[in-house]
Amino acid sequence: MSFDYDLLQKQLERIMPTVQKPGRYVGGELNQISKPWDRVETRVALAFPDIYDLGLPNLGLAILYQTLNARQDVLAERVYSPWTDMELAMRNSSIPLYALESHRPLADFDILALTLPYETLYTNALNLLDLAGIPLYAAQRSVKHPLVIAGGHACFNPEPMSAFIDAFAIGEGEEMIHDIVNVFQAWKRSGQPRAALLKALAQVPGVYVPALYEPDCHPDGTLRELRTLDPAVPKKIIKRIVAKLPPPPTNFIVPSIDVVHNRVAVEIMRGCTRGCRFCHAGFINRPVRERPVEEILQAVQTALKHTGYEEVALLSLSSSDYTQIVDLVDQVSKHASENHLTISLPSLRIETFSIDLMDKLKGSRQTGFTLAPEAATDRMRATINKPIAAEHLLETARAIYSRGWSTIKLYFMIGHPFETLEDVRAIADLCKAVIAEGRKIIGKRAVLHAGVSTFVPKPHTPFQWAPCDTQEQIQAKQDLLRSELRGPGLKMTWTSPKDTMLEAWLSRGDRRMAQVIYNAWLNGAKFDAWQDQYRYEIWQAAFEQAGVDPAFYTHRMRAEDEIFPWDHISPGVRKAFLLSEYRASQMQTYRDDCRDSCFACGVLPTFAEMRRENPGKHWMCPEVPIRKKKPVLEPVAL
Amino acid sequence: MMRCRITYLKTEPLRYTGNLDIQKIWERYLRRAGLPVAYSQGFHPQPRIQQACPLPLGFLSQAELADIYLDDDTLRPDDITRSLQAMPYPGIELAAVEQVDLTESTLAGRVTATEYQAEFIDPVDAEQLSSKVSDLLKAQHLMRTRRDKDYDLRPLIEALVVLPADSTHNATLRMQLSARQGATGRPEEVISALGYPPFDARYTRTRIYFTP
Repeated sequence: MSFDYDLLQKQLERIMPTVQKPGRYVGGELNQISKPWDRVETRVALAFPDIYDLGLPNLGLAILYQTLNARQDVLAERVYSPWTDMELAMRNSSIPLYALESHRPLADFDILALTLPYETLYTNALNLLDLAGIPLYAAQRSVKHPLVIAGGHACFNPEPMSAFIDAFAIGEGEEMIHDIVNVFQAWKRSGQPRAALLKALAQVPGVYVPALYEPDCHPDGTLRELRTLDPAVPKKIIKRIVAKLPPPPTNFIVPSIDVVHNRVAVEIMRGCTRGCRFCHAGFINRPVRERPVEEILQAVQTALKHTGYEEVALLSLSSSDYTQIVDLVDQVSKHASENHLTISLPSLRIETFSIDLMDKLKGSRQTGFTLAPEAATDRMRATINKPIAAEHLLETARAIYSRGWSTIKLYFMIGHPFETLEDVRAIADLCKAVIAEGRKIIGKRAVLHAGVSTFVPKPHTPFQWAPCDTQEQIQAKQDLLRSELRGPGLKMTWTSPKDTMLEAWLSRGDRRMAQVIYNAWLNGAKFDAWQDQYRYEIWQAAFEQAGVDPAFYTHRMRAEDEIFPWDHISPGVRKAFLLSEYRASQMQTYRDDCRDSCFACGVLPTFAEMRRENPGKHWMCPEVPIRKKKPVLEPVAL
Repeated sequence: MMRCRITYLKTEPLRYTGNLDIQKIWERYLRRAGLPVAYSQGFHPQPRIQQACPLPLGFLSQAELADIYLDDDTLRPDDITRSLQAMPYPGIELAAVEQVDLTESTLAGRVTATEYQAEFIDPVDAEQLSSKVSDLLKAQHLMRTRRDKDYDLRPLIEALVVLPADSTHNATLRMQLSARQGATGRPEEVISALGYPPFDARYTRTRIYFTP
């Protein structure tokens, strides 16, 4: 396809002054990697289907960008969704969606890789394909179109998007992306039809090619079986992991405009051993693997040098659990105070130890202290497996207020399985108790911000069987909180029940959902993750047009033996283990932190070979002895 | 502490980066170059980087100025130039680095006028352009409305000439506009007043004038 760079520049030059934040659409930032188009064999476009401001800081894409561009034979460029004003301007001028480095149209690339970290990006993904002039349905694409692949957390249930994606990359992408590129290159050299590419990709561990599978459903819409259409494809797609976290990226692209996170981000640990039953990330990111302190410090130093950033975030699902957190924080904070740096350490546990950590990092810009109790009664805490004594929380809050913070932010969720209005009322009571402590200590300066979101049951978690609250139930709980959670210093934010419904429909959707998503997009749905853009009526109409009942996905109590649309995707954790956890939640039985003793969730046997070859403390699962063929794991009585 | 004045060009990669973000970019540029920028006192210390005059979004510039304060008295302008050039920042081209007295008043308070070139993105009729310009210059008043405020553009135009098209450039207007407190002329307003759509031109700042 011929490409007239100068013509496009001229068109853009006229458009840019008419749109908000035109800096989103030009590229050319510090540390961008631009390679000559004709000097590589394979060109990959990495797409985040929301605006630049959110997509640029995405760590997953930064990792893929670095690792792909490290190859001589590959170039990787970035693309984000244009905001509505830019989309309109581009459509009016017939400008196809382009990548930021070369400004080449997306359709010119060999591979288009979408990240789908959450479900509310689905319509944007379709819109992105449409703006690129690429057929939305995988079945309508041919050799002249890019291969469209997707990865990210939401892809652990790929079925709702299965009609639009050629291949899903399940799990960690650092190594898998190279396997995919290699298979692509071999196919391209062979000159075979596109079907051969899909077949070859299905042989790559962790890759799911939906076109090679076909669901067989019961009359009630539940799944009887997902049939394989080719004898060579795996029945189960086991997610990919890396045995050891590779050195983190340090050459971050520094945006020339303000984005949501302007900082160096270093992942200190992957996974979490706590086993909170609501937590999707906690179950799909097992096993826990840590990075050595020296490697993190080295990465921070190098990244600061490359970027000039003034903020560093040390990321993990549970910072307090990083084995050498004190050592790490000591060393990072020493460097920070000498260099006017802000360090952020999210996901701290509720204990005074967390305040000690934050004290060390206290820069000039720290104003609030965030904790996530999630629930306010012992009954609910046992249900979700997040044990925190109320007195413990109050003690921590007292310490926070007395040690210089005036604002505490507490995250709660309503809508946990088996929750009653009394459990909800307890959230208000607990918040009132916290602010009362704050006022005792620092008077009227004390602020408590309660962020109350609504729980959505997720695939591959113990609550995948549980119904989601109805809008009426959610409304009643929120009304209760709004009337109870009043008083000086108290603030509350919540999620609209309608937003929750969309997330709930899509999270546990099946292949029929593809038609619903398509209808919604056709009727104008996009930026569904944006409260001011999301339109509930469009989705209702989309369900109606598709003849699909939304309640099937949300409010139905699933039978224990139901075959789920995502059962063929394995995060390594066994379904039987999830079920035992679900039963334990009904009996309000706690499960301890699994770094203390293994509960045989299934991850270790799944990756036993890898663990055997990678002994050591960086991996939290028990070591696998060298001679034994399979580890013997005692089932745990509940 | 020392104060140094940097003259630089703002080029294509930072064309759509606004003033606040340019402030951040200088902070990062200095950090990368290993230059110890001084911070203000107070609860929220800010790096001491003072830009002379905000440049509208989408404009290029051949004459931006910023004063930076460094916590090192031993550095000479040459050292600073070398450090900055060793870690180039896309969109910033250094033109000059000079040391200035710490007591000198701020650049921002001394701006009197700015000079711009507005090059038409597509060719325009040269004769028509010339006659429009001379008509405009003959006018006593040019009443216009910007952000719901009525104002007279004419006294803000201190000079306006046409640079005819040549082999590499389309017709270009060079204009000098007042940039005093409460009396700042905008080049796209001049283009509009001439009867052209304001987005038909590419704007480049070529000079900032200061009181001594």
